[in-house]
Amino acid sequence: MLERALTGNTRYYKLLGTLLVFMGLGAVAWLTQLDRGLTITGLSRDVSWGLYIAQFTYLVGVAASAVMVVLPYYLHDVKAFGKITILGEFLAIAAVTMCLLFIVVDLGKPMRLLNVLLYPTPNSILFWDMIVLNGYLLLNLFIGWNVLEAERKGTHYPNWVKPLIYISIPWAVSIHTVTAFLYAGLPSRHLWLTAILAARFLASAFCSGPALLIILAYLVKKYSKFDPGKEAIDKLTTIMTYALVISIFFVGLEAFTAYYSGIPSHQFSLTYLFFGLEGHRGLVPFMWLFAALATAATVLLLKPGTRANEKHLLIACGCVFFSMWLEKGIGLVVGGFIPNGLEQVREYAPSIPEMMIVLGVWATGFFVLTVLYKIAVSVKEEVQA
Amino acid sequence: METNRRDFLKIGGVCALGLGSLPVLNAVAQNVPKIMDNPQALTAKRWAMAIDVKKCWEKGKPGCKDCILACHTTHNVPDIGTLKEEIKWIWTEKYENVFPGFESGNEPHDIREKPFLVLCNHCANAPCTRVCPTKATFKRADGITMMDFHRCIGCRYCMAGCPYGARSFNFRDPRNYIKTELNPTFPTRERGVVEKCNFCEERLAAGKIPACVEACAAKALTFGDLEDPSSEVRKALGAQYSIRRKPELGTLPGVYYII
Repeated sequence: MLERALTGNTRYYKLLGTLLVFMGLGAVAWLTQLDRGLTITGLSRDVSWGLYIAQFTYLVGVAASAVMVVLPYYLHDVKAFGKITILGEFLAIAAVTMCLLFIVVDLGKPMRLLNVLLYPTPNSILFWDMIVLNGYLLLNLFIGWNVLEAERKGTHYPNWVKPLIYISIPWAVSIHTVTAFLYAGLPSRHLWLTAILAARFLASAFCSGPALLIILAYLVKKYSKFDPGKEAIDKLTTIMTYALVISIFFVGLEAFTAYYSGIPSHQFSLTYLFFGLEGHRGLVPFMWLFAALATAATVLLLKPGTRANEKHLLIACGCVFFSMWLEKGIGLVVGGFIPNGLEQVREYAPSIPEMMIVLGVWATGFFVLTVLYKIAVSVKEEVQA
Repeated sequence: METNRRDFLKIGGVCALGLGSLPVLNAVAQNVPKIMDNPQALTAKRWAMAIDVKKCWEKGKPGCKDCILACHTTHNVPDIGTLKEEIKWIWTEKYENVFPGFESGNEPHDIREKPFLVLCNHCANAPCTRVCPTKATFKRADGITMMDFHRCIGCRYCMAGCPYGARSFNFRDPRNYIKTELNPTFPTRERGVVEKCNFCEERLAAGKIPACVEACAAKALTFGDLEDPSSEVRKALGAQYSIRRKPELGTLPGVYYII
């Protein structure tokens, strides 16, 4: 099946070429980082995780959201999702690939990465995250590939794939739960030290992932002969809308507990994010942009007219994806470090090489995604014909 | 010689079995290296430190940094020169930062304004060792929270885990920034690893007390075995009221402040 990725029209090659350029720029920046160290980033002693780990966290959610098409199809026999499960699974593969790359570029000593396997440490949540992420990657590779191959041959997929599909459903939940546990178990980081963090992560994942999937399904429909189907998009939109509202509700819960209880240490990070702390207001515009976009998306999605209008739906999906990126891909991770353990405010802003590396990893993910979607769409077109 | 698929798989299988048996062999017949402990080494059940802040301020010379200098010289701690990438094992902070949430604003002037020494607390229940994915930072039987610079992968999870800001990361090659006289008996670090106070475990092994304690002319720092009722540190803690940083987190710090 892989050979289908090697033939395509000019647009396909142009897209891959553009992505390769960004991958190349990212690679150059990463080589610089390998040579000079993380000093080329905006990271500091006080904000020791930044854009890299934030992207990782956000993309785990995107990966986990594949379950939102797999679960209804395999557990509830929602036939409309049958055509797009492969799109969800391949999106998960691309997203997990990006997650793993973001971990690698964040390491101070990437050449020692295998120490995690050489000295397995079950008391570290990072150890479990390594297991669930790689497991999820393999599950989706095996499932996606075999189901697609069977479809191409016009047969049923082999029986041993079925248990893997069932395992992949709770496994998707596990990757985002474990990723939330990376944060939620740390004493003295009050923004993260909340029992609903995993629930928040899942809720935001189940709106940002489907948002991207709807946009991708639209692109697939526009540029190929394969139509993912309106019913599937409608159902995904409903799921996304619920998850978005729950996400916003959860952020509100955090604000209530922090501010009504009146405990200063529970408020500092939230105050820093939304109002600024001790005159430092670096993330305030981003957080209000998040609030504005999330509100706009909610208003748009609650109107039945929007869901029927393709263009409006795409705008709403864009708002959802970007607003959740601001909340989780920036605010949550960076905000947890501000103020630091000594209650001093030390701000963080990513450097240009750091942003180049981030873009490079995103480009790599979209390269993987493009190739996988090309294969999937080619097969679907052949079967249709 | 002709090799068919079946033979190839057989040979491959035997080879894999042979390689796989190596760890089993190692486990059964492990050659445990014999190391003789230095009879002069200082040992304890739980090392701890008490910092008498009044002694530090009253008996120490104004702006005294003897302990910091001694530590940073002993351990080749670089002076990067920026707040962003600062590397420090022991340093000073104000009361409101060392004990956030404790301040009333009406404390005596000295408490509010004078420097408090801070360093790794060598917590009995250390979050940093709990989160480290490679055991590069780990607890020793004597309570010291140790750091293996050669195993650390630089993920900085321990820095997120430490509630006290005790950990520094080598954002760049630190060797060009060692401004004190180089101590050839202690390793310098590479870029990309985390470092922090090690309670001078290398000096304890050689029968010497920590460099900061030794350097303090005011005798404000007391070091000893917390489990030994006759130790200096226990006597100091038994005689005066002391507090620890962020006790509500349950980390059980091994550094006490006599206020």
